Amino acid sequence: MRAAVITFPGSNCDEDLQWALTEISGIPADLVAATATTLTGYDAVFLPGGFSYGDYLRSGAIARFSPIMTAVKKFAAAGGFVVGICNGFQILTEAGLLPGTLQWNTSLHFICAPAPLEIVNSDTPFTNAYPAGTTITLPIAHGQGNYYADPATLVALETNHQIIFRYTDNPNGSVHDIAGITNAAGNVLGMMPHPERAMETLLGSTDGRGVFQSLIHTMEGAGSNVAN
Amino acid sequence: MLQTELSPEQIQTTKPYRQWDMSDAEYDRFTALIGHLPTFTEVGLASGMWSEHCAYKYSKPVLRQFWTKNENVLMGPGEGAGVIRIGDGLAVVFKAESHNHPSAVEPYEGAATGVGGIIRDIFSIGAKPIAILDSLRFGELTDPRTRQLLDQIVAGIAGYGNAIGIPTVGGETAFDNAYARNPLVNAMCVGIMREDQLQKGRAAGIGNAILYVGAKTGRDGINGASFASGTFSDTEDADRAAVQVGDPFMEKLLTDACLKVTNEHQDALVGMQDMGAAGLVSSSAEMAAKADSGMALNLDLVPQREPDMTPFEIMLSESQERMLLCIAEGHEQEIIDIFAGYGLDAVVIGRVTPGHAYQLTHHGATVCDIPVSALTTDAPVYHQQSTMPVRLIAPADDFQPVITDMNAAWIELMNQPTMASKASLYQRYDAQVQTNTVVLPGSDAAVLRIKGTKRALALTTDSNGRYIYLDPYQGGAMTVAEAARNLVASGATPLGITDCLNYGDSTKPEVFFELEESAKGMTAATKVFNTPVISGNVSLYNETNGTPIYPTPMVGMVGLIEDCSTITTQEFKQADDLVYVVGQTRPDFNGSEIQKMITGSIGGRLAPIDLHVEKAHHDLVLAAIRTHLVTAAHDLSEGGLLAALAEMGLPKYIGAELQVDIPTSWLFAETPGRFLITVRPEHQAAFDDIMGDSARLLGRTVAAPQFTIQAPNRTFTTTIAALEKSWEDGIPCRMK
Amino acid sequence: MFKAKIYVNYKPSVLDPQAEAVKTALSRMGHDNVTHVLYGKYFELTLTSTDKASAQAEVETICDRLLANVNMETYRFTLVPVPVEVD
Repeated sequence: MRAAVITFPGSNCDEDLQWALTEISGIPADLVAATATTLTGYDAVFLPGGFSYGDYLRSGAIARFSPIMTAVKKFAAAGGFVVGICNGFQILTEAGLLPGTLQWNTSLHFICAPAPLEIVNSDTPFTNAYPAGTTITLPIAHGQGNYYADPATLVALETNHQIIFRYTDNPNGSVHDIAGITNAAGNVLGMMPHPERAMETLLGSTDGRGVFQSLIHTMEGAGSNVAN
Repeated sequence: MLQTELSPEQIQTTKPYRQWDMSDAEYDRFTALIGHLPTFTEVGLASGMWSEHCAYKYSKPVLRQFWTKNENVLMGPGEGAGVIRIGDGLAVVFKAESHNHPSAVEPYEGAATGVGGIIRDIFSIGAKPIAILDSLRFGELTDPRTRQLLDQIVAGIAGYGNAIGIPTVGGETAFDNAYARNPLVNAMCVGIMREDQLQKGRAAGIGNAILYVGAKTGRDGINGASFASGTFSDTEDADRAAVQVGDPFMEKLLTDACLKVTNEHQDALVGMQDMGAAGLVSSSAEMAAKADSGMALNLDLVPQREPDMTPFEIMLSESQERMLLCIAEGHEQEIIDIFAGYGLDAVVIGRVTPGHAYQLTHHGATVCDIPVSALTTDAPVYHQQSTMPVRLIAPADDFQPVITDMNAAWIELMNQPTMASKASLYQRYDAQVQTNTVVLPGSDAAVLRIKGTKRALALTTDSNGRYIYLDPYQGGAMTVAEAARNLVASGATPLGITDCLNYGDSTKPEVFFELEESAKGMTAATKVFNTPVISGNVSLYNETNGTPIYPTPMVGMVGLIEDCSTITTQEFKQADDLVYVVGQTRPDFNGSEIQKMITGSIGGRLAPIDLHVEKAHHDLVLAAIRTHLVTAAHDLSEGGLLAALAEMGLPKYIGAELQVDIPTSWLFAETPGRFLITVRPEHQAAFDDIMGDSARLLGRTVAAPQFTIQAPNRTFTTTIAALEKSWEDGIPCRMK
Repeated sequence: MFKAKIYVNYKPSVLDPQAEAVKTALSRMGHDNVTHVLYGKYFELTLTSTDKASAQAEVETICDRLLANVNMETYRFTLVPVPVEVD
């Protein structure tokens, strides 16, 4: 298994993700520039946190036009695993790979704090290493993490079990306490909390490791077979 | 802005330089140095370069007294930032800078650009910035303007630091009416580098290129350096033109690109410097001066955001996110291409020249031709008059609190804004990006591990204007001692300090006395704690309507933890740990939080601090920590023993039962040099062996979430829940 | 040439925390007369188009694709002819 971490201008969690993948999870990971046009050779693609293009206009609004996003869409359409964390989640919604949008937190402040999360669906490629019903705590660090979707979209998300993580103590006003969702096909994950910041006992928590272990389980089960 | 440029003769008669805070005597000195009547541009450059902000003309005699070198210092004051060796071929780089005046006028952008500026100082040395700390001072939260300043200054720090991806890991926030219209915003940045990547801001080698990189130059912040060197009054609101706007996105790209040049193109890079105070003139003239070179710049090549800018405006603009590089001749395109890869403009605007002249051309005409030294090394230095302020000659009587209800007093103390939880502020900062932060904000010191090693760095900022107001010398020494104590409590050996010297108008002899004496106290302490001053800045003229702030030197200190397994935090870990206090408690209440709370003001004399006893305590505490005997350690400072005890018990709701042999009111005393420490019972003998008489057993931690304290005069019990509520509400309730 | 003056706002159904904050602040300042706050973005784009219809179409595309997130935002704009400067 080999992972790509996309570096957009203004991404700032790209190296953290690479560290979490390579050094902690044993998944070789490369930083791939947003100007690249191909994702050949990768089994999973990560869109990291940060402030792509300064988050000017709207979070993720400019990043979605990067050359690499054409390849990301193609990769996702072929069933490849795509994970967007924080700003990566915002980019995925702007790019139309995930439904809904992320607004300003109701406090209008950036919030950096530990967030307890319920794993709502542990039967996904991203959460199968967590026992069903587990509660984990991951750091959040965002100003615009307040998830919004219209009522019809929310019904679809609930019905299809696309809500993966829910805040147990909603920090930002997200509808239905949503912290992370997948697309209908289940191969694209977007989440506001940062699993890559909860990988080491020294830093206070290893609750995030399950996201990466789940992907390893899934890939080992299925074999590395993403076509491009 | 400036309508028409005056001729040299008109300048001589109409003296426009006076409005830029340049005196007639300085004009005459400058004229003599350059050998001709200065042009408008030349005298404008001199006004910026000779401001206190750039030339330190009033503070230099004081700064020269600082102790700046030990065997580990690789680079001391005078460059963008100081550098200290930490082993494994690595070095830590750090510096703090004040942005008080811009933040008072436009708090969001003032604070944001303060952070941006200090980050550039760090990567200009070749270091990757890994942490930001902020030391903030405000008036009282009862004032609506203070509430707005606090909210916007925190927002500005967050807006810049979060976006650029450098964690804001610590600092301090305190409140006192002395800072009502003149808040203090001191930002510190810390970076890591390999020793062999050290860069200096030098423009050497005749024919080498001067490369301008980053944002275009606009009319923002023109002559901000001399702006920072003026005082505030209620009548001047038009200063707003001097404020710049920051672009953290641009700076993120600039950081990455400059580090790529440093790391991969050493042979092409001769020198690099941030365009900070006094913008292009200061960076270029200083780079030439440090290499003893001449320099010629063509101002038509400087990227400009606005039309028709004059040479004066171009050279003194403080537009943000700009760097100046000296590149070996022939390598220009190689470096320009790197910046282009990040979407950044890089333009050759001039060359290093033979001789020592500083020459500027604009629209084909020479607008400045003067010796480099006239702008730099030949700037004036003034030896100020120093007079002891009257309040120090006849201080008020010692304050002794009379407390009838210890429970109520303790709860009220925890609610004082300076004491209360700062979580509502620091939760707005990303403290974890880069995934190195081991100890988060809200502790004595922030701790960051260094990836790929067993080591960690501990970082703190400390200042206490009240102490220095009451006794500049003792207060200066106590500030350094407290910073060292914070680091020791986390398990770190202090390495060195940076400082921001925040004072009033030092042309007043009383203010200069405060500056001089507190620097002496700091120097004495830095020698005892082996923490040389490796960088810093000076901010004078912190006054409103003629009243100076409390003299407030801010000390940023960095320490080294050789082994991450010895990182120690302040919260109680479990019940049945033994609780010790290190150091003697005396009835020291002058300048204390309890004095402020009860009387609304401060006064009295400070008892002398014994630096050598304190250093001995630090060594013992570190020895105990490094033999893994200590489960929690916390420095005692504002609010005394009870404040520290509350902070230790709150996080895990673990209480304590203690017996003390002092009057209960002394539990609020702020005698320096003390720690609270917990130890597992099975390690009692080993701990006692190390500490000897220096530590005194007070009792033990208990599972019940309350503190019970038995003293000769009374016994009282206070619940953690009551303390916590009061502590957590302190700031949010006053912000509403 | 045309100048497009573009306003982007949240859809009425979407709660806008920034607008709510402004409204709360106004009410705190005693401006109880204010019953609703719309908080948005304003852009001015200068286009070289020579006919209004093509300018109209282009601005719509720009708004749909970039300036507004049509999931939550609406936009409206006006087109003003700009005289071409002749040197």
